[in-house]
Amino acid sequence: MIQLSANMLYAAFFLYILSAVLFAVSITGSKFKNHKGEENNKAGLFGYTTAILAFAASLTYFVTRWIAVGYAPVSNMFEYTAALGIALGLAFVIIHPIYRNNYLGLFTMPVVMLIIAYASMFPREVQPLIPALQSHWLTIHVITTVLGQGILAIGFVAGLLYLIRVIDFKKTSKKVKGVEFIIYTLVATAAYIGLSFGFGAADYEANFAYINEQGNEAEVAYFLPPLIGPNEGELISEQGMSPLVEVPAFIRSNDLNTVVWSVLAGLLLYGLLRLVLRKPVGGAIQPFVKNVNPQTVDEMSYRAIAIGFPIFTLGGLIFAMIWAQIAWTRFWGWDPKEVWALITFLFYAAYLHLRLSRGWHGEKSAWLCVIGFALIMFNLIFVNLVIAGLHSYA
Amino acid sequence: MEKVKCECGHVNPYGTYLCESCGKPLIEEKSKLANMRYEGVARRSQTYTRTFVDKIWNFFSSVKVGIWIIVVLLLTSSLGTLFPQEMYIPPGENATIYYEQEYGTLGKLYYQLGFHNLYSSWWYMLIIAALGISLVICSLDRVVPLHRALKTQRVTRHEAFLKRQRLFSQTDNAENIDEDMIKAESLLKEKRYKIRKENGNILAEKGRFSRWGPYVNHIGLIIFLIGGMLRFFPEMYLDEHVWVREGEQEVIGGTNGEYFLRNNEFMIELYDEEDEKYQPALERAGGPVVKTYQTSATLLRREAGGTIGSETELAEVKDHDIRVNDPLTFEGFSLYQVDYKLNELSSFTFTLESEEENTDLTDIQFEVDLNDPEDVYEFDNGYRIEILEYFPNFVIDDNREPTTINRIPDNPRIIFEVFPPEADPEEEQGELSLVGIQVNEPLNGENDYTIRMTDVDMVNVTGLTIRKDRTLPIISVGGFIFMIGLVQGSYWHHRRIWIQNRNGRLVLAGHANKNWHGLKKDFKYLSDQTTIPMPVDQSEESSEEENEGVNESHDPTQR
Ligand code: HEM
Repeated sequence: MIQLSANMLYAAFFLYILSAVLFAVSITGSKFKNHKGEENNKAGLFGYTTAILAFAASLTYFVTRWIAVGYAPVSNMFEYTAALGIALGLAFVIIHPIYRNNYLGLFTMPVVMLIIAYASMFPREVQPLIPALQSHWLTIHVITTVLGQGILAIGFVAGLLYLIRVIDFKKTSKKVKGVEFIIYTLVATAAYIGLSFGFGAADYEANFAYINEQGNEAEVAYFLPPLIGPNEGELISEQGMSPLVEVPAFIRSNDLNTVVWSVLAGLLLYGLLRLVLRKPVGGAIQPFVKNVNPQTVDEMSYRAIAIGFPIFTLGGLIFAMIWAQIAWTRFWGWDPKEVWALITFLFYAAYLHLRLSRGWHGEKSAWLCVIGFALIMFNLIFVNLVIAGLHSYA
Repeated sequence: MEKVKCECGHVNPYGTYLCESCGKPLIEEKSKLANMRYEGVARRSQTYTRTFVDKIWNFFSSVKVGIWIIVVLLLTSSLGTLFPQEMYIPPGENATIYYEQEYGTLGKLYYQLGFHNLYSSWWYMLIIAALGISLVICSLDRVVPLHRALKTQRVTRHEAFLKRQRLFSQTDNAENIDEDMIKAESLLKEKRYKIRKENGNILAEKGRFSRWGPYVNHIGLIIFLIGGMLRFFPEMYLDEHVWVREGEQEVIGGTNGEYFLRNNEFMIELYDEEDEKYQPALERAGGPVVKTYQTSATLLRREAGGTIGSETELAEVKDHDIRVNDPLTFEGFSLYQVDYKLNELSSFTFTLESEEENTDLTDIQFEVDLNDPEDVYEFDNGYRIEILEYFPNFVIDDNREPTTINRIPDNPRIIFEVFPPEADPEEEQGELSLVGIQVNEPLNGENDYTIRMTDVDMVNVTGLTIRKDRTLPIISVGGFIFMIGLVQGSYWHHRRIWIQNRNGRLVLAGHANKNWHGLKKDFKYLSDQTTIPMPVDQSEESSEEENEGVNESHDPTQR
């Protein structure tokens, strides 16, 4: 069962690639619209159908894993992040028929792929649930939250599309740098996935003996070549090399090492892109999206957020409070994860109020959509892995 | 203040800029499109600006100020997660030194600024209070006039009003105009519009109730905040802790001695390390993983009539296995599994041994309950053992005197006094010895008798949190109303379509408070089935000027 479920996730991943390609064809093909207009529309339709198939495959992963592990598969970093990708896929499947915008498909599919691939980098084995997580509220709270976040993420994708469509890439400006930074972040994530996958396939593992924070001897494993070494580290495995720098004991050296690798490989990849394209990456994408109607995309992102906000609030705050009352004796405890969910909520509330006034439509609004998604990812990754609290079960 | 009479005859409050009835602009605006927010009604905040109260009112009713309050709340909230709050630092650590020691100068600053207790600081409360006040005032400022404007609106609108709608078109000499309007009416009904007619003009309206969504959700939020504020009154909630040993019962705090809890058994269940399913994860965890913490408990209640202090009758109310995620609840109280202590010492069993060969002491065996020791143990063969002193948690204090830290038998020491049958306990002193785990010392010279520990009994102790929170119903109601308002305002939209026949000239206008896309689709539906044209989106004309290079049609249904 576990094997089947893993295979379905792979299948979903490749279907999402296919869907992205089909959407790309539907857009670049439109140049020949006068000759064979009908056919071009079909690529978009195929793209959408493939996206539905991909979602179905990912849903099968979800259901089969649920059956295999015996609880809703949303309880560790792998499961939760994968669920976010699935939710984004679902949100797209729901929103696409409303606007029939193939550009949205072209932009959403790669993001879904990236999230699913990123999820797969976390340990995937079946985990025994600790008592605090054994509750139906886990299922209800997390699934609702992840659905809301998936829909909010459509707002991000549409916002990014908007920015690439309207920003003038010929002049260097803060805006251009901003968009390039978003693209760089996506590229660096891809680089991280590529590296982890490559070294993982080669069974790379370097081990160090080192002195930990408490001053005791301990061991640490590296799955990427150690550029950053642990405190007073000593290589004890065959694979590995001597690190370039050593960091104090309170820093988790192997995680930092992974981050450094991702940043560098991302820079390399991004640099190559710039070299090949000879202009900002966003500027290179812009011609492909020149036919997008900015106002439609703007409305799309606003709509996504208006739909996603209540669901996120219900799952991430209200259900969360009900569960916290049952599991932790109080509905609110100012745990970092709770605070960041509140911050996300407040942020989107501010966004909705800003949309009430003129001046905040279009470009500014698109930036806000990007920042909102950054908050969601921050809460998922940074708060879980770095700011440890009650919620870190990764 | 004077009222303003519109040419249609309707009398508007001072400050109105679109006539409540016909929509004619009463105050000239430069922009091409009418500002439809709140229907152009007169709001108190826009009208009265003189007195101090007006100024406060105007400040808090501004959305701009509201947004600032939200943003400030957001930013300050994030500060509190930089380092852990005081309640999350390891137990026993002293905050005064902990932050500096762990996080250096920044940590020290964090502590000095009071950020270690940020969420209960006075200024954080102040921001939340500002949010609450702003919510109340901004809602009052808008809801009444908005309600009146929507109620008084006429079907026939002034042309200046229609012209300045975002979706607008006019067709001179429209053919089959009457036929089209009849058809349009039924088509719009099909789309669940409510139709009103006047002088051959049509107003089709749908989803008006969604306009109240924001106000409903703000009310919910206000109730929620009030509920939260009530927590400042200690009577509103109870937060106590109780330790109950296996087999024993304790009174449940906060119930006026009415309820007791008996711990029948406490247990911890671990995941089976042999279980194939979990093996890889358990290996990664590097130790056993707990599956269940459970207290099998019985709730007891003092029988009516039993007086406090006397031997009371307790009646069993119910049995419940208290687990994490499954508290025992009764009458608003909840008992949560939060803590435990395994293998706490509960009793010692002793025998007596003698230096002299021929004394028979086999009968002498006694058990000391470490939580409730007896003073004297007497035996049939005349021996008598007294407990002179008992230190459940023994230490030597600063004055080099033996004492106990608390009543929990973590390190029990007992001073026994032994009287053989021939001794007179009233007159003489017996042999004294200090006994504890791996301790057995005579205190007054050499002893003939030795008290020997033969058995140790231990119990598990469960730690439960007792909660009662009277604010929960208020907070739940607030949250529920908030959700209703949110859904009401987000998943329904207010759409209006005006179709007017002005002597053979067909005038068409549309307004949506959001989701213009949906409104356009409805217009498209009309234009597909009648000769009524698609209205022009007047806002796109202007946005097109800004974004040159758009050469595709703007029909949103195309992509
Ligand atoms: C955390 C606090 C708040 C939340 C969660 C909240 C939530 C909302 C939501 C969801 C809407 C509907 C927006 C839409 O339909 O796009 C709304 C509308 C609105 N909010 Fe708030 N709000 C908050 C605080 C405030 C404050 C402090 C003010 C005061 C200035 C305010 C003023 C308004 C106004 C004027 C509207 C528009 C009403 C209308 O369209 O008729 N809100 N609010």
